[in-house]
Amino acid sequence: MSLIYDARIRAFLYQLIAIGAVVLVAWVMFSTASANLAKQDIATGFGFLARQAGFVITETAIAYEPTDTFGRAILVGIANTVKVSGLAVFFGTILGVLVGIGRLSHNPVLSRLMLAYVEALRNVPLLLYLLLWYSLIISVFPPVRQAIEMLPGVFLSNSGLVMPAMHWASGFEALLVALVIGVAAALVIARILARRRIATGKDMPIAAIATLAVLLPFAITLLFADISVSLDVPELGRFRLTGGYHVRPEFVALLIGLTLSASANIAEIVRAGIQAVSKGQWEAATALGLPRSRTLKLVILPQALRIIVPPLTNTYLTVFKNSSLAIAIGYPDLVMVSNTIMNQTGQAIEAIAIFMAVYLGLSILISLVMNWYNARVALRER
Amino acid sequence: MTQFEGFVASPTLMAPAARPPAGNRTWLSAYFGTPGNAAITIVSLGTIFGLAKLAIGWLFVDAIFAGTPAECKASSGACWPFLSAKLRYIFFGFYPFDEQWRPLTAMLLFLGACGVSMVPRTWGRALAVAWIVAILPTLYILMAGGLFGLTPVPTTQWGGLPLSFMLSFIGLACALPLGIALALARASSLPAIRVLGVGFIEIVRGVPLISILFMATVMLPLFMPDGITIDKLLRAQVAIILFAAAYIAEIVRGGLQAVPKGQIEAGHSLGLHYWQIMRKIVLPQALKKVIPPLVGLFIGFFQDTTLVTIVGLLDFLDTVRTAMRDPQWQGIAVLEGYVFAAVVYFFFSALMGIYSRFLEQYFRTTHD
Repeated sequence: MSLIYDARIRAFLYQLIAIGAVVLVAWVMFSTASANLAKQDIATGFGFLARQAGFVITETAIAYEPTDTFGRAILVGIANTVKVSGLAVFFGTILGVLVGIGRLSHNPVLSRLMLAYVEALRNVPLLLYLLLWYSLIISVFPPVRQAIEMLPGVFLSNSGLVMPAMHWASGFEALLVALVIGVAAALVIARILARRRIATGKDMPIAAIATLAVLLPFAITLLFADISVSLDVPELGRFRLTGGYHVRPEFVALLIGLTLSASANIAEIVRAGIQAVSKGQWEAATALGLPRSRTLKLVILPQALRIIVPPLTNTYLTVFKNSSLAIAIGYPDLVMVSNTIMNQTGQAIEAIAIFMAVYLGLSILISLVMNWYNARVALRER
Repeated sequence: MTQFEGFVASPTLMAPAARPPAGNRTWLSAYFGTPGNAAITIVSLGTIFGLAKLAIGWLFVDAIFAGTPAECKASSGACWPFLSAKLRYIFFGFYPFDEQWRPLTAMLLFLGACGVSMVPRTWGRALAVAWIVAILPTLYILMAGGLFGLTPVPTTQWGGLPLSFMLSFIGLACALPLGIALALARASSLPAIRVLGVGFIEIVRGVPLISILFMATVMLPLFMPDGITIDKLLRAQVAIILFAAAYIAEIVRGGLQAVPKGQIEAGHSLGLHYWQIMRKIVLPQALKKVIPPLVGLFIGFFQDTTLVTIVGLLDFLDTVRTAMRDPQWQGIAVLEGYVFAAVVYFFFSALMGIYSRFLEQYFRTTHD
């Protein structure tokens, strides 16, 4: 009897019961599911990924034809998700930092305008905004037949923006390599120069030199490599536009919606971060004679960054997960492609398992990158 | 510190030039103090006037307030007859027309009860009992019927705003105990329980709500034994509960970590066992700290329930959407419904936002 009252044995028993319950539930669900699937003649396993997909995806960030496999279709979905959430994070961060600083402006008109912006975005569901932007685009712009020609070859209509596309016959890879080399060189040079400035006190125009380092390899390649580009100019037919690069309204509505909602969240994070920097820092910088803008840039923001980065990570993850709302307006992201596959093959469990695994994997990846960045900007305690 | 501040504020030691001249100039300089500031003011005012002109033109000047769909089509402004024609559908969905006083009463009762429960002085065991024993059963009987001579209405006919309230409120109420349990599991000293807790929380937080709703509506029926079907509404509700629980668990964990370790040690030295320490010492302190962020989370979930639209439940956003697809109004009222829904969501979310700030203030002044 005393065994029951032994703390260690109790702890062991509790854990055994918990694991047992989870395993039991999983086993019961697995066995009923396989029985149900066998009865409904639905195949199991991931073999379907190699079969021909046969459906059209309206927007493809990587090359795709209906004759490609289901696996390829899922990759297209992942690429579309990454494309739209990456762009939304990029624009949302810029906009959010500006709005967050504007919220703290001494100018009452500006700070209240920014407050209204943030509140209007945070208090209405994102899905509602997505539908609103989408119907706004559809209803405000004219149908394709009366497309507005903004510039020669650039057409705006309710089926989106169509502009001339560049087709690279050769030289694209060379330019890409040149760009990568340029950026890497610029980063290294900027680091060396910054270290030199700290060591010797000699100032150099770092930004200008870094820009030059980016542009130089690019320009050299442009001059000497064999580059041939053909321009594909869209033509307005009777019912549709042919050729060119097509920016679809679904993509634009989703990008606007995600960017705005991210910017409102980031603005609040930036504001809280700036306010958390102690007042003495402002006073010290003012006493040194720094104007407000340089105080913000050189003294306050670097310190605020330490507070900002962890919640910023959460916002980035939210944007990435919110991109799944794409299905409501018909942008073919990972969830929408998986949904189509589910309807075609009936293999709901596999399709859902795949997209959940992808989201989970990418979420963990984003967390790791942001944690690494956080460790870099965090205060080094000595 | 106070001495230092007094020193700076002392007028005799301030440079006279640094003080702005008295009078109206101080008020004006906030707007037009420097050329840059004046430019900001002018651009901001221009933006505000531009937006206001656009909004007033669409909402009132060019709008049609009474008339037929054909008249609306001819006008470039808002079409308010659409709203008045569709208002009852937007609020209550396919709930039988003659019985719609029931969801209306339920909603008013619910909002009234929420209003009373928002006052911190009413908090206590009596309030919880009142909710469980009186308010929730009354609401359910009003909605579902079958008792006291009310016609039964199946959940497939529920819709609109009452459904949105139900999904978010019941979702959070049920998720709260589950979230607390998960937070305790995550903080547990037993490794197996901790791993299960962390696993659940991180997996749910790593995937979008849509994927969990899809799981509940598409996948779950495959896992059910023959002959057992679960109501679609209930399945979505369970998905929302599980999703909310993981997020609540993370907030509660923050509260648990803020309780000093000495409190637990003091409990041990008094001879209390784990559950007594948690229930009587740690949780009351931890939960008090996390009430404001929980209200903030609730605003998010109230908005997130719109996602059930995607799995085919007729919530408030979906009744708006389907109302606009009515053949009589299709292509005429393309924005009015969304604008109206946005106003309704904004009202309730902003109200809760104000309440959250009030709670923060309330807890700051009365405790610590």
